[in-house]
Amino acid sequence: MDPIVDGLVTAFRLLVSVDPEVYGIVLLSLVVSGVAVLVGAMAGIPFGALIALRSFIGKRVLLSLLNTLTGLPPVVVGLLVYLMLSSSGPLGPLQLLYKPQAMVIAQLIMVFPIVASVTASAVSSVDRKLRLRALSLGAGGSQMTFTMLREARTGVLTAIVLSFGAAISEVGAVMIVGGNIRWFTRTLTTAIVLETELGQFGMALALGIILLALSFLINVALTRLQWSGLRR
Amino acid sequence: MMHIIEALHLNKEYGSTKALEDVSLAVDSGDFFAIIGPSGSGKSTLLRLIGLIEPPSSGKIIFMGEDATSRSEEEQLSFRREIGIVFQDAVLFTTTVYENVAYPLKIRKRPRSEIEKRVKESLETVGLAGFENKNASELSGGEAQRVSLAQALVYEPKLLLLDEPTANLDPRNATIIENVVSGLSHEKGTTAIMATHNMQQVQFLASNGAILHDGRVIERGKISELFKSPSAFLSSFALIGNVFPGMSEVGADGLATIDVGASWKIEATTNKRGRVTVFIRPEDIIISKEPIQSSARNLLRGRVVQILQNGQKVRIKVNADREFLVTMTRRSFEEMRLEPGSLVFLAFKASSVNVI
Repeated sequence: MDPIVDGLVTAFRLLVSVDPEVYGIVLLSLVVSGVAVLVGAMAGIPFGALIALRSFIGKRVLLSLLNTLTGLPPVVVGLLVYLMLSSSGPLGPLQLLYKPQAMVIAQLIMVFPIVASVTASAVSSVDRKLRLRALSLGAGGSQMTFTMLREARTGVLTAIVLSFGAAISEVGAVMIVGGNIRWFTRTLTTAIVLETELGQFGMALALGIILLALSFLINVALTRLQWSGLRR
Repeated sequence: MMHIIEALHLNKEYGSTKALEDVSLAVDSGDFFAIIGPSGSGKSTLLRLIGLIEPPSSGKIIFMGEDATSRSEEEQLSFRREIGIVFQDAVLFTTTVYENVAYPLKIRKRPRSEIEKRVKESLETVGLAGFENKNASELSGGEAQRVSLAQALVYEPKLLLLDEPTANLDPRNATIIENVVSGLSHEKGTTAIMATHNMQQVQFLASNGAILHDGRVIERGKISELFKSPSAFLSSFALIGNVFPGMSEVGADGLATIDVGASWKIEATTNKRGRVTVFIRPEDIIISKEPIQSSARNLLRGRVVQILQNGQKVRIKVNADREFLVTMTRRSFEEMRLEPGSLVFLAFKASSVNVI
């Protein structure tokens, strides 16, 4: 059978048959990327806002550095995290390698610069007069940061959309630090790699379709949020 | 009376540009103080320093008897929260009118019931009751400025700073803002400092003032004294005129007749009675060489006394029992061939008469 048709049929069958392994893979992918984005956002959003709002020596260098890090190759991140977590590495005693936690750490390192640099650019594009206005109405330091983030909310959501897209579609890092262990650290992307290598193109394509559908649904949801934020 | 705010030897430099040079002034509690000067004279900079949103390069600001300049950021914040500012251009948060006006109270962590009550009152004060759920981006410039004023009033600041709040507004919105500000000053005793180059406004609203020129205070004192014999500098940028005190009587038709003395009466659309001040914007007066047949309620006859040309605008002083100031474009001026001594007729509508 044509591998594409085969893939579509397999994908449909997998979804309706509630295959526990496939659902486990989907769930793990969502949890790993979701936690990485959540933690990355909690740290990256305030960090990006502070860079945008404060003036300090080395600000431009820091921004350039962050921008460069947004393009970090996932395999390089995977390798570095692997070296840190391996039994001979500095964080070896934590015994996190080949566990979902290691995958979260690797994705977090990828996601943080994206969130921080997109947030910084969104916050710096808020009208300076608005900062003066918030100040004149009595806003203190953290209130000012929060107010400017609220004004830049569509940009901040863009940061989240972009970083989630990068995390869920990434394969190199989770493969290296997670090890693609069945029932434990296998994600949608690593499973696709495996099935392709085994020549199971139908299965690989089916997982690919599920991954695309997931990405699409999450983007639709976030974009709707973004537009409702714009109108408010 | 206690000074609410004192500026002592303020200097402000931006790079090599001196914006303010050794500026000192003191404003009494309850006073309405005008900072008068042409564009670029440093008025806005001075207000930003007094409002504690920008530090001076040197000098001191004493707020309610305490040196605010030497305080920590947190202490400055508590001073800043007693000051309300309205800038020349309104910038509002991209949210509803309600949220914009509630903002200063929310960051002061006031209880919700109080916030709701005060926001409603403030919007009523500026004539925007019912605008709560409108989006700030849907407002006209005048409405946005009135929301700005409501933001500054809602927390009842001890000191209100106004940076040419009506400079970019149409006369209707400008009058609303002038009336609100005047009411605050008279009824609530709020101290106000207003930067402006609008002399009608100064004469209506302010009791004391200082004239700023190239970042320096060159004159200061009571407004009535400053304008009694205006200096050459003041008259070089100030449109002084068309301000008359009088007694207002409102007729059955809703039209007021204001007796400004010497059997001369001005008709105006207002419901204010008793002692009032009226002014007519120089651009609202129509001038003609022929007697005017018009629906305008106020018609006068006079002679041109003086012609001042300044760019595309021409200012003409006309003596029609009282001295009137009329502005017109250079083109109309050239077409009319006016000269000192020309016989002219003036007209202005009852609705162009501003009454405070």
